[in-house]
Amino acid sequence: MTRYLVRRVLQAVVVILIVTVIVFVLLHALPGGPARGVLGQQATPEQIAAFNAAQGLDQPIWVQYWHYLGRLFSGDLGTSYTLNAQVSDLLAARLPKTLVLTLASTLLALVIAIPLGIRQAARRNGAFDYAATALAIIVYSTPVFFLGLLLIMAFAQGIPLFPAQAPQGDSLGDILGEPRGLVLPVVTGALATIAAFSRYMRSATLDNLAEDYVRTARAKGTGERAVLLRHVTRNSLVPVITMLGYFVPVMFGGSLVVESMFNYPGIGFLFWNAAQTSDFPVLLGVVLVIAIATVVGSLLADVAQALVDPRVRSVAL
Amino acid sequence: MTTMTQVAVPTGAEPPVRPRRGQAWRRFTGNRLAVAGLVVVALLFLFSFVGPLVYQTDQVHTDLASANLRPGTDGHPLGTDDVGYDVLGRLMVGGQTSLIIGMAAGVLATVIGTAWGAVAGYVGGRMDAVMMRVVDAGIAIPALFLLLVASAIYTPSVPMMIVVLGLVSWLVPARLVRAEAMSLKTRDYVLTLRAIGGSHRRAIVRHIVPNTVGTMMVNATFQVADAILLVAYVSFLGMGVQQPATDWGAMLSKGVTYAYSGAWWLIVPAGLLIVLVVASFNFIGDGLRDMFEVRGKNR
Repeated sequence: MTRYLVRRVLQAVVVILIVTVIVFVLLHALPGGPARGVLGQQATPEQIAAFNAAQGLDQPIWVQYWHYLGRLFSGDLGTSYTLNAQVSDLLAARLPKTLVLTLASTLLALVIAIPLGIRQAARRNGAFDYAATALAIIVYSTPVFFLGLLLIMAFAQGIPLFPAQAPQGDSLGDILGEPRGLVLPVVTGALATIAAFSRYMRSATLDNLAEDYVRTARAKGTGERAVLLRHVTRNSLVPVITMLGYFVPVMFGGSLVVESMFNYPGIGFLFWNAAQTSDFPVLLGVVLVIAIATVVGSLLADVAQALVDPRVRSVAL
Repeated sequence: MTTMTQVAVPTGAEPPVRPRRGQAWRRFTGNRLAVAGLVVVALLFLFSFVGPLVYQTDQVHTDLASANLRPGTDGHPLGTDDVGYDVLGRLMVGGQTSLIIGMAAGVLATVIGTAWGAVAGYVGGRMDAVMMRVVDAGIAIPALFLLLVASAIYTPSVPMMIVVLGLVSWLVPARLVRAEAMSLKTRDYVLTLRAIGGSHRRAIVRHIVPNTVGTMMVNATFQVADAILLVAYVSFLGMGVQQPATDWGAMLSKGVTYAYSGAWWLIVPAGLLIVLVVASFNFIGDGLRDMFEVRGKNR
């Protein structure tokens, strides 16, 4: 196990380093390079040369990358072009809000998807299973923003139950103080993942139903309901919970759309605004944070899987 | 050349990899949803590319005098938008953009992914490890975020969207093809080819890649579905192709403001078409999977 753990962590570190290279290359792919970005389109060649010398941008590319890495390690992600703030400060203020929204959406999605998947598996190929499968593919094929728009039209415009805009507070407390405003963003975010989660739960349950221990339990005279709930469900939850680790990028992608639709002040909204104002330090800072979260997410998922299932350790890698 | 390869290959021990054509087709048509998907995609192509020839509208010049008309007024079956474009005609033009970008990006991603995965899986060792870590790093950055960064750097146009989408979506096919290549390279016919002095390049091009064609086609179909969705997302976020060009996502994005005051025709038809085309490609992908994985099903 230790050997597997060490190799897997090293692998994750390598992947994160490659991500920093990609982000570094993107930073240098900007038209006119970073100097144009900071000084604007009107900058003279002399100003640009002076800026480059001051920032070390006239040095060989690998020296620059080394310095860039050094700054990253000290938590320096640069300064926003438009918001007059450190990117790291912006991220620190926005990230918790995104996490709250994502967590709430994910919990809601699981609460609906898990029983749905179990029921589908228990009555495999029945009418309910087919209907739920067809619905899942349709929801899966529907852009999150379209679902959100339909929800807004139905429950904010048609029957005005909930506001169409998320709470705008500065602190997390302000936002949580307005739970009605969170309903539509959370539901929209949940709809984005319910379909995938229920598919996973369905196939995990089906896999377990085919196991020997199920036959043993039935042979002992255990009722079908108890087999399903006590034995199969508990075992099927394992792959579904570990799967959450692989869903980190999907969740961030969802929050980008949901936050920009509902003006929710998280990092998705921050990113969207930065994209429209070409605020590259913010854009690349967010990309880096999300990429690291993704790598850590799949690392945790792999480790969890290896802990639960010893077979993985020998096969993987 | 083909016959020579066949002579050199000891096929006796290997069961035929693919079923005969008629059988495979029957397997595909056995999946009703897949057939329905194929029909819908064909109809959407007709709608987008032949439609404008039959139903001619001006999709370049704005006409503020007839803006925001309700469906059914003045010969506009689906009404007009805020600058007077006929919505039905606009759906056709937008469909062209969505379909062209989706198909081309899906194909590009599959080609890059297959080449990368086949080489990594066949060569193995350190080279494979390095190539796959690059794939891991690419997968770590969600495609939507990279697309928005690219749109902030370059002016979004159809060719630019195809290239960028292709460059961000080849990673999954690369993983799939690599896994297959790793098992294919130990097959007798590849070993025989090497033993009689055939080059690595020949092994990859003539044996590994053709044998992954099923995986590739299934994956390419899903890639097209994903690409069309991604284009819609980018456009919805206001960073897609610019007016007067449009796609279904951009139409939704523009319609949002007016939809809140009741102009449902600006978003519902475009949204439904996105769902329809993406779901259809997903259904076709399922059908192709049935068709190509015939061995797993019957044996």
